[in-house]
Amino acid sequence: MQELQQILDQALQQFAVISDEAELEQVKAKYLGKEGSLTVLLKGLGKLSAEERPAAGARINQVKQGIESALQQRRDALQQNKLEQKLAAEALDVTLPGCGLGTGGLHPVTRTLERIEQLFHSLGFATASGPEIECDFYNFTALNIPENHPARAMHDTFYIDPQHVLRTHTSPVQVRYMEAHQPPLKIISSGRVYRVDSDATHSPMFHQVEGLWVDEEISFANLKGVVQDFLQRFFERDDLRVRFRPSFFPFTEPSAEMDMSWKDGWLEIGGCGMVHPNVLKHVNIDSEKYLGFAFGLGVERLAMLRYGVNDLRQFYESDLRFLKQFN
Amino acid sequence: MKFSENWLRTWVNPELSSEALAHALTMAGLEVEALEPVAPAFDSVVVAEVLEVVKHPNADRLNVCQVNVGETQPLTIVCGAANVAVGAKVPCARIGALLPGDFVIKQAKVRNVESFGMLCSEKELGLAEESQGLWLLPADAPVGQTLREYLELDDKLFTLKLTPNRSDCSGMVGVAREVAALTGSPLKPLEIQIQPVALPEQLPVHVADAQACPLYCGRLVRGVNAAAPTPVWMLRRLERSGLRSISAVVDITNYVMLEMGQPLHAFDAAQLSGGITVRRARNGEELTLLNEQAVKLDDAMLVIADDARVLALAGIMGGQGSGVETATRDVFLESAFFHPDAIAGKARRFGLATDSSFRFERGVDFAATRQALERATQLLLEICGGSAGAISEVRGEVPQRAAITLRRSRVARVLGIALDNTQIATLLKRLQLDFVVNDDDFSVMPPSFRFDLSIEADLIEELARLYGYDNIPAQAPQAALTMLPYSESQRPLARIQQTLVARDYQEIVSYAFVEEQVERDLCGNDKAVALQNPIASNLSVMRSSLIGGLVGALRFNLNRKQVRVRLFEAGACFAKVNGEYVQSQQLSGLAYGATQPEQWGAAAKSVDFYDVKADVEALFAPQLLRFVAATHPALHPGRSAQIYCGAQAVGWIGELHPRWQQQYDMAQPAVWFEVELGALTRAAVPHMSEIAKSLPVRRDLAVLVDDAVAAQTLLDAMQQVVATYVQEIALFDVYRGKGLEQGKKSLAFRVLLQDTQKTLTDSEIETSIALLVDMLQQHGAQLRM
Repeated sequence: MQELQQILDQALQQFAVISDEAELEQVKAKYLGKEGSLTVLLKGLGKLSAEERPAAGARINQVKQGIESALQQRRDALQQNKLEQKLAAEALDVTLPGCGLGTGGLHPVTRTLERIEQLFHSLGFATASGPEIECDFYNFTALNIPENHPARAMHDTFYIDPQHVLRTHTSPVQVRYMEAHQPPLKIISSGRVYRVDSDATHSPMFHQVEGLWVDEEISFANLKGVVQDFLQRFFERDDLRVRFRPSFFPFTEPSAEMDMSWKDGWLEIGGCGMVHPNVLKHVNIDSEKYLGFAFGLGVERLAMLRYGVNDLRQFYESDLRFLKQFN
Repeated sequence: MKFSENWLRTWVNPELSSEALAHALTMAGLEVEALEPVAPAFDSVVVAEVLEVVKHPNADRLNVCQVNVGETQPLTIVCGAANVAVGAKVPCARIGALLPGDFVIKQAKVRNVESFGMLCSEKELGLAEESQGLWLLPADAPVGQTLREYLELDDKLFTLKLTPNRSDCSGMVGVAREVAALTGSPLKPLEIQIQPVALPEQLPVHVADAQACPLYCGRLVRGVNAAAPTPVWMLRRLERSGLRSISAVVDITNYVMLEMGQPLHAFDAAQLSGGITVRRARNGEELTLLNEQAVKLDDAMLVIADDARVLALAGIMGGQGSGVETATRDVFLESAFFHPDAIAGKARRFGLATDSSFRFERGVDFAATRQALERATQLLLEICGGSAGAISEVRGEVPQRAAITLRRSRVARVLGIALDNTQIATLLKRLQLDFVVNDDDFSVMPPSFRFDLSIEADLIEELARLYGYDNIPAQAPQAALTMLPYSESQRPLARIQQTLVARDYQEIVSYAFVEEQVERDLCGNDKAVALQNPIASNLSVMRSSLIGGLVGALRFNLNRKQVRVRLFEAGACFAKVNGEYVQSQQLSGLAYGATQPEQWGAAAKSVDFYDVKADVEALFAPQLLRFVAATHPALHPGRSAQIYCGAQAVGWIGELHPRWQQQYDMAQPAVWFEVELGALTRAAVPHMSEIAKSLPVRRDLAVLVDDAVAAQTLLDAMQQVVATYVQEIALFDVYRGKGLEQGKKSLAFRVLLQDTQKTLTDSEIETSIALLVDMLQQHGAQLRM
């Protein structure tokens, strides 16, 4: 029996120092293999008497279990060790930059337009659009600006031919939309407009957003309400003040210039007014039954104020160093 | 309209500071563009007379002067100005005076002579940019009076930015009327004295076009002294309104125009032959205007003529040879009402914009036409002497002013505020509008001086303006709530843009007008839609493609040392087709440089056709595109394709032609695409189809073909085969080179086969594959083993 304890002790000692899985399996054979010392002892059981045999068998099996369990533990430890080494070897420098494509970005005017459109969509305004080469009729006449009206001179119009201009404002969309739809109607329309003018605050091409709301009971007070709401939401400033100043546009009456509080003063932000009865008449809308308001905002102006751009021309230079700042 | 505040205050003098008055005008729609002092701040400068000039003992260029400033003892002042002379009246800054630029005058020794002040030039007083020597004042300038008092320098200049509807404020009478309405201050009316008729003569006046000229008044004044000086007070007002003095007679006509808003013209009666006719010009008639411009006339132009020739462009400008000169003795004064329709746009035809045309095309008070003539006569007789004949007046149909109905209920609906009858009546009275009240309606008579008032909306605007836009509350509208339509078969532009942004493209916005040469070079377009009045020669035609803007932007950035540029733009492009302007919305992109930003993990690879092709395919997914080799003026002929979505050609893709790459100084080729936005925004609403229960079987087919055979040819051929169970055929490898015959390439296709219900047997698979192989062989492909 001492022999058994010796075998166990020896096996445990040997397993503990082995660091290679194959070697471990070879050593295992020394005890549990066909010629292994325990196997030999088990075979020797037959020589014992029937009385002695069960006890001796049980003792041998106990030692065998001890060896097998130690063997398994060692196997697990070696495998764990191997895994840890592998993981350690696979470690990355996680601080290296990521690979692949970069991302582009939208133009600040697009970004501003999307914002404007979303705000007005939330009030139920639909979107409408119109051509940029516009008939003289829609750009002027239908907007109550007959030929030779002094207001035409104020528009610095690009002419394509005597009947066609590059639209000087988005207001013609109002007329086109009202021709095709019956009130109540509520639209905004944004896009490029053109004037013969170029310096740090004027560009020959720029963007406007036009709003139009025609319904049975729509008033100048409502116009003030919507514009003020919009500007406060757009600039995310509840304390932003909006000022309406009497002005003149042939297609609205009463007409107003919209100013908003900015730093210590007022900044002109667009024009607006109640749709002129003559404009409604042109599109066969009964101006006794329906009233409407319209407004036009300079998109670049809003973008400049919102993002701190100080030269209008930068929007059209396509300088990546400028554009990337809005991504 | 520019005017002196002091002048305005002789008409109406509200208890408001200049700034408060300016604010009130601005907030009433008469925007004060500028409010500036006539002179910068300075004090203790008085009118002085030089009594004695003696050479300075120690300096050649200096004089020691004795100067009378109105006190018992003259002052000794050292002066370096060359034009100092005994008897001259000049401004003198006394000790303690503060001049512009914070310059304080102190008693000082100038080369050992004590000086007790400074004689001033206009520049030193901040009244001129440059001046030569001392400011020599008129001989009658009162010695000792402060210069500010003497020249009325404590005055301010108002500049109004008049809107086209407010022609009534292009005369002081109108501005004053407006100020009275806004402030409630009393208005002092202009008193016009009717001049006695002292001359039996009258020139015959004939108006041939009474519609264009409904009212014409004219009169002879004989024996005037046209060389008489214009009085200082008048000069000052003219000057402060930005008008240059010409001669007394012309100054008087200009003055009355500023005062009453009525343009006048004075003819030299000795230069006239026969009577005056107001008529349309005859085609081909010519006239040399006062500004020496020679104009050729036609029957659209209204002219003033005598029996021999055209004298003036009516309501715009006089002609040479009939104007008043200093030697003129007899004057014919004209005050007329030309209808706005007859004048509007006419001055512009000749590139003119005159004070007269400005007023007539907006509308002049026809009730004051005759009065203005009386007023001018009065001033002419006072200043230049002479005797006036009777007024020849030809009166046709002046514009009818019909009463306007103003409904209280309408005011409330339009403005959103309820004004009561008393409030409305008060506002109308302040505007000097006559009215009659019937219950809740007002019948309002528009005055002749307010051309802009003819319908109810005009009056509502007047009420709102006077009530104050600020006093109308901002109110959220009340309306029925309905949802907006939101079609799922339309992809919003924002989503399309976002796809490109995610693929590393930066959006740009470029001008819609480009250089004509760019359209010709890059689009082969020699019929670009041209602007009649481009702002610059390099922005003279409308783009037919977005390529010009993208290439321009690429070059701009390459010049700024960018090495990888990926841009896109969405916008309208223009063409004229069968006489109609076609405006299509396009989306276009351009990629240049490496496919990826420079990075450690991947070898740099220049962007090529296929990289950008993948971007275009991603844009259209799930719609499938076809690319057909085709040539485009901007593109490499072997590396360009037309893009088809179904049977419709929707755009182009390709590498920029090496010719342009070289011309535009690009180190590498750029790859460009452009597609119609319309084709991109269409999207089918998804409809689910059954997912197969079995797994797909894959078979690869590698074939050898001539290099010239397009992959699409073989794919199309295989698609035509009715091979059961084939779900997908795709090309996954292309090989040329070692092991292959010259001029041949190997193409490898992946074929996926599947049945939705059962697992396929080998024989089923082989039958389908055999059909495909057969088809490939028919197209000259050789199966590789």
